[in-house]
Amino acid sequence: MDKKKMNPASKKAFMNYGLVAVFFVVFQVLLSTKNISSSLAGQLVPMVAYMIMAVSLNLVVGISGELSLGHAGFMSVGAFSAVILEAALTSGMDPSSFNKNTGLKIAVLVAAVVCGAIMAAIAGFLIGIPVLRLKGDYLAIVTLAFGEIIKNLLYCLYVYIDDSGLHFSLDPSSVTGTTVLNGPMGALGVKKISSFAAGIVLLFIILIVIQNLVNSRSGRAIMAIRDNRIAAEASGLHITKYKLMAFVTSAACAGTAGALYALNYSTIVPKKFDFNTSILVLVFVVLGGIGNMTGSLIAAAILTVLPELLRQFQDYRMLVYAIVLILVMLLTNNKKFKDLISNLFKKKKAGEEVQK
Amino acid sequence: MSRDTEKRSGIVEVSGKTIVPERDKDRPLVLEAMHLGIDFGGLTAVDEFNIGVGATEIMGLIGPNGAGKTTVFNLLTKVYQPTRGTILLNGKDTQGMTPASVNEAGIARTFQNIRLFDKLTVEENVKIGLHNHIGYGMFTGMFRLPKYFKEEKKAHEKALELLDIFDMAGEADVRADSLPYGAQRRLEIVRALATGPKILLLDEPAAGMNPSETEELMKNIEKIRDRFGIAVMLIEHDMKLVMGICETIAVLNFGKIIAKGTPSEIQNDPGVIEAYLGTKKEG
Repeated sequence: MDKKKMNPASKKAFMNYGLVAVFFVVFQVLLSTKNISSSLAGQLVPMVAYMIMAVSLNLVVGISGELSLGHAGFMSVGAFSAVILEAALTSGMDPSSFNKNTGLKIAVLVAAVVCGAIMAAIAGFLIGIPVLRLKGDYLAIVTLAFGEIIKNLLYCLYVYIDDSGLHFSLDPSSVTGTTVLNGPMGALGVKKISSFAAGIVLLFIILIVIQNLVNSRSGRAIMAIRDNRIAAEASGLHITKYKLMAFVTSAACAGTAGALYALNYSTIVPKKFDFNTSILVLVFVVLGGIGNMTGSLIAAAILTVLPELLRQFQDYRMLVYAIVLILVMLLTNNKKFKDLISNLFKKKKAGEEVQK
Repeated sequence: MSRDTEKRSGIVEVSGKTIVPERDKDRPLVLEAMHLGIDFGGLTAVDEFNIGVGATEIMGLIGPNGAGKTTVFNLLTKVYQPTRGTILLNGKDTQGMTPASVNEAGIARTFQNIRLFDKLTVEENVKIGLHNHIGYGMFTGMFRLPKYFKEEKKAHEKALELLDIFDMAGEADVRADSLPYGAQRRLEIVRALATGPKILLLDEPAAGMNPSETEELMKNIEKIRDRFGIAVMLIEHDMKLVMGICETIAVLNFGKIIAKGTPSEIQNDPGVIEAYLGTKKEG
């Protein structure tokens, strides 16, 4: 396809691929030349995971037009599914020889990520069927509750491996052998197999999948339902089908992000994926511009690294986020506020012209 | 009404009180409503609504404000589920259908207050109409398999062809909400046509149009009927349009049909004149 023929949507899509490529090259150069602090280097995989989260939540909030406040729940499902599968696959392996075998590590990572995505998609499907019949605030409240339910379920889930295999239990006293998941204590002894490069590959795949979906027949239908539900129905679109499609795809991507995130740490607790994380991802989406994938990528990258760079303010981080979110909401949704801003600029410009 | 059937030019009675253009008399009715009615709480909005629409008939539905015309459209397209009565589409009962499935079965409509997909382009709006005729699924779209390009190309050509009816192909890449008002109304008609209906319901298609635009619209409605061989049912307050292109007219007042007939019959019907102008106070 030559450039003249490309429509604006595919141009934007290719811009995002370019952005991710540049992002990867810059950080890879910084990493290999050791021009990056170790704390920032440690933030790279979470940063990519949050970028995936932001893009996937944007599919629900921006493209499908539904407010979901439980996205961390899907991340959590993906994360712990991946951790459990990794533990099951690598149990009985010699850790040092496993660490040396790159091919095996990649195979386990791929399996764990796919498992995380599938489990999150299943969760998304089960939640989506009842929830997507709700609208607006009600949908937001139920998704919020879902995120909390997942977290609390994980608090009472114990997973262990003994001689007869993998066991799931709700009773802490029954745990024998190697503990994989220890209730509120989370997963222990996770082998760190995800890497920055693997994250970038996943981010690429997810960007391709989501952007292609948006620019396809199904994506058009999803956006049409967002723009005018009644007209969409009258045009022969089955609302629930397309809402569910966006929701499940988004959940699967969040599961992928969760898997990538969890396999970067040796311990991971369910509390990590609570309401705050859901809101954090929503902040990326809102700050980057609802429906704007490029904005989501940039906002996620900057806001993940920022607290690391401004460590002294970390206690106030959530406070600042809340204020920023409120202000951005006001700015984007309040017509009077927008008019005021544009008027201010207009007056300024008009004044300048008079002075000339 | 006991008027002589010969007096209606080209209009024949098929069964009971149903009248259709002569060319449609041997074809089954495309749409039939029998004893249709809906109550909102204690209020009866539409009652005993009986009509039959011939296969290529242009039918007008008129009446004073608040008579229930749009409610009838909402009943026919299942936006509201009727409290009473039956709707037959090509002889098939539409009981229990959703707005989406009734569209697939062959009813397309436009809206009184324009309902476009504002943030999509003109072409994309039409492609939504074509949605159920584009033959690829979610995964083909996600991974851009060869079928995606083939089907999208077909849809693109079809969309431009449909837009060409109203000379709108040049505005294919414009966002729908930046179109002028008249063009938005036309786009709505194109989108409805794209779904491949057997009957097209137009809710005040000429609202907000100037006389020359209305003239153009009248020609286009007839063009659509002839080219696609479909029936058109329209709600309109512009009597020039209604009397000019409608072959039969039904008049609704307080949710009930008070008259049915040809334009000239309706113009001379005392009940219709009363509904529109009121009665002269004697004395």
